[in-house]
Amino acid sequence: MKSMLVILLSAMLVDNFVLSKFMGICPFLGVSKKFDSAVGMGAAVTFVMACATLVTYPIYTLILVPLELEYLKTVAFILIIALFVQIVEMFLKKAVPPLYKTLGVFLPLITTNCAVLGVTILNIDSNYNLGQSIVNALGAGLGFTLALVIFSGVRQRVNAADTPEMFKGVPATLIAASIVSVSFMGFSGMFS
Amino acid sequence: MSENKKSCTFELVKGIIKENPVLVTLLGMCPTLAVTTMASNGIGMGLATTFVLVCSNLVISLLKNVIPKAVRLPCFIVVIASFVTLIEFLLKGYIPALYDSLGLFLSLITVNCIILGRAEAFASKNNPWKSILDGLGNGIGFTLALFLMGSVREILGSGQWFGIDLHLPVTMTVFIMPAGGFFALGVIIAVVNKLAKKAPPQELGCAGCPNAASCPTYTKKDEGGND
Repeated sequence: MKSMLVILLSAMLVDNFVLSKFMGICPFLGVSKKFDSAVGMGAAVTFVMACATLVTYPIYTLILVPLELEYLKTVAFILIIALFVQIVEMFLKKAVPPLYKTLGVFLPLITTNCAVLGVTILNIDSNYNLGQSIVNALGAGLGFTLALVIFSGVRQRVNAADTPEMFKGVPATLIAASIVSVSFMGFSGMFS
Repeated sequence: MSENKKSCTFELVKGIIKENPVLVTLLGMCPTLAVTTMASNGIGMGLATTFVLVCSNLVISLLKNVIPKAVRLPCFIVVIASFVTLIEFLLKGYIPALYDSLGLFLSLITVNCIILGRAEAFASKNNPWKSILDGLGNGIGFTLALFLMGSVREILGSGQWFGIDLHLPVTMTVFIMPAGGFFALGVIIAVVNKLAKKAPPQELGCAGCPNAASCPTYTKKDEGGND
């Protein structure tokens, strides 16, 4: 039994979703240009990850497992996530307009973010219970936010730097991401 | 007739080189980085994705008049996820080694933005035959890009190619680690665009993404390229 803190920290730092598992690369490269949007996207992803886990876990254990339909989990989970994101968007729009203003633009993007589907399937594959799953999802979301926020800072420097002509734009960004990823390698083996 | 033939060849070839999904339009980055520690994994992932892409393009193109516009994305996703489940079963049964090494990323083909992007931008507007060719072309382009990435990382990182030892004097383990993936992809994109005598892409290629309209980083300038 791993303790909750270990799960949280290893999902956040050691197995950082973006920098060591390569999930959610599109938003990582697309939305990390400004600090504000990096924080907004991170918060939206963390929120959806935790809630999606809260919804998919019971559906898997209470519906799919008793009916021996485990193999349908990819189809079921992606549908649930798509529906859920839609509902959250409508709910926030009506009930909490200020929050909708900050997170709203990011929500539709999250449906096809592989990090969200990834974390829900990963929770099932690692045989976590409900509590551990939610902690793992929170850790993954926070790690995603951390990577985005750090990288938004790095990126402003990279854009200002004088890179060779053939590396300008995305290539330079990817190489900067590689260096940030090296720094996260320092965490590996922290909890083993 | 020859006009028609020409356009069919165009649909097939464009995805391989001119609009290569990974190296030119920068879609499907997650699997490109994650599974390419070995050349054989890259090819396996590429072929699995090609299978899903061709099948889902065909089905979506056949159903394009049946699916209501408002709920098209969930419908597309269900079609894609079904084919992903199918390929998962096939690989688990026939090539278990590949199934184990691709792991979670096999399920994540569902959310590969190339597939949803092609469904939205091409298959939902064109006839089935053209959609198959488009899917095949993009799939081959994706496979080639993954093969290139996998070869570079396997040769530099572990001194092997398809598991055959090359007896290199120096190997750099960092290339099979996550950091090396980002680095190799950055350099490959730069070199490919240099060879094509184009400026490297400045923005992430969002044109094929179904969520582009609501994306804060997407600007409308690329719209209408595929119609």
